[in-house]
Amino acid sequence: MHSSHHDHDDENVYDALSTADDDGRWAFGTGFDAGTAEITAPVPDGVDRDDLAAYCLMLADDALIAAQRLSGWTAKAPELEEEVALANIALDLLGQARVLLSRAGHLGAAEPYRAGPQDDEDVLTYFRDDRGFRNVTLVESELGDFGRTIAWILVLSSWRLALMQRLTASSDPVLAAVAAKAVKELTYHRDYAAQWVLRLGDGTALSHARMQAGLDAVWPFVEELFLPHAVERRLVDAGVAVDPEQLRAEVDAVLEQVLPVATLTRPEKPAVGLVGGRGGRDGVHTEALGGLLALMQSLARAHPGATW
Amino acid sequence: MVTALVDARTAAEQVVDPEMPMLTLADLGVLRGVETGDDGTVVVTLTPTYSGCPALDEMRHDLRRALTEAGYAKVVVRTTFSPPWSTDWISDEGRHKLAAAGVAPPDRIGPRAAGGPVPLTLVAPSRTVACPQCGARDTDETSRFGPTACTALRRCRSCGEPFEHVKEI
Repeated sequence: MHSSHHDHDDENVYDALSTADDDGRWAFGTGFDAGTAEITAPVPDGVDRDDLAAYCLMLADDALIAAQRLSGWTAKAPELEEEVALANIALDLLGQARVLLSRAGHLGAAEPYRAGPQDDEDVLTYFRDDRGFRNVTLVESELGDFGRTIAWILVLSSWRLALMQRLTASSDPVLAAVAAKAVKELTYHRDYAAQWVLRLGDGTALSHARMQAGLDAVWPFVEELFLPHAVERRLVDAGVAVDPEQLRAEVDAVLEQVLPVATLTRPEKPAVGLVGGRGGRDGVHTEALGGLLALMQSLARAHPGATW
Repeated sequence: MVTALVDARTAAEQVVDPEMPMLTLADLGVLRGVETGDDGTVVVTLTPTYSGCPALDEMRHDLRRALTEAGYAKVVVRTTFSPPWSTDWISDEGRHKLAAAGVAPPDRIGPRAAGGPVPLTLVAPSRTVACPQCGARDTDETSRFGPTACTALRRCRSCGEPFEHVKEI
């Protein structure tokens, strides 16, 4: 341990763990309140508190579910370097999710799910059912092989980067602060994906075919990224949110830059249908979310409040 | 009763980074404020290097421990995201310490131009990073993602040694 130069730590390594803080650590979260200064910022004038909470939850859930999905590559990526890369991307997204979940919780979003003493971000992560999640369905979709994973990261990071870059001008200080940090991270996530799309698309016949198949598989989830939800529409008017329809041109420009060089064809595939006009932003998800949540939540639900 | 042995700022600044222990938190540029109240409370404000920096929790524990040992009765560690940390916040002394430990320090990048889409460059950046072992400038990036969120992996073509580089953000 890096702190073991203190004499009293050397007597019993477990003492050092248990006395590192006054409180035990909750087993399934960080066990500490992030204490982020920005979380408690007042709701901007003229903005509905519930709308702001819902919007924070949408952006948080996109990142949280994407991080959980990407973590599935841990211990089975094709090379150690790629495993580290995918885990790092997941970690950045998880960090973005945590602040946004805390902000949503501060605005009341965790209350319907609270059953114990956990922090808001943990309540929202572990004790919500699928209908409570507000992520776009792209992030819950299966990653398949490495080619599909790379297509998924390219689309997700290009879209979220365009969104976050605009959100740095949000009138909500928490969203603006999260966005300023996220822009730096998403820029190199997109670089990573774009470079792999080139390498695989313009590689061997096999890598080309699998990269194209991966892009085709991700394509039906793209259209939903640009559909504004009623909450987003109201918050755009208040200067808080970004209109997702505005992001289409920028994402298209990235794909037009990358795909021809990678000798790939822009897919022509129908979008995943909304159910009665409702999609992921309304809590109407694909079958893939259930399995992902079971893996993410089951242990915490089996041992609520466990500490170590 | 307050019996502070060391100035709170000095105590906080000497805490080392858990992942790059050659650097103190002051060298890394993540300490945004150390304020002492009349009742012996110290409020330390930290900023994370990356949104998901896993070392943040350890930094909080280490700060709390160091300040408690320095005689402060109550220690509160807060985090702030704004303005976002950049590798430009790493001090000159920190850069020397990184290089001495075999880790290539980041270049200074200056403020990012505001507004407009972030451009995508399809070729890997041709940034010149000198090998911290032999000083040669002929080095390649092998992976943008290294063992910690802050570092990339590189290899020196002259001496053949792999090394970590604190990547510019």
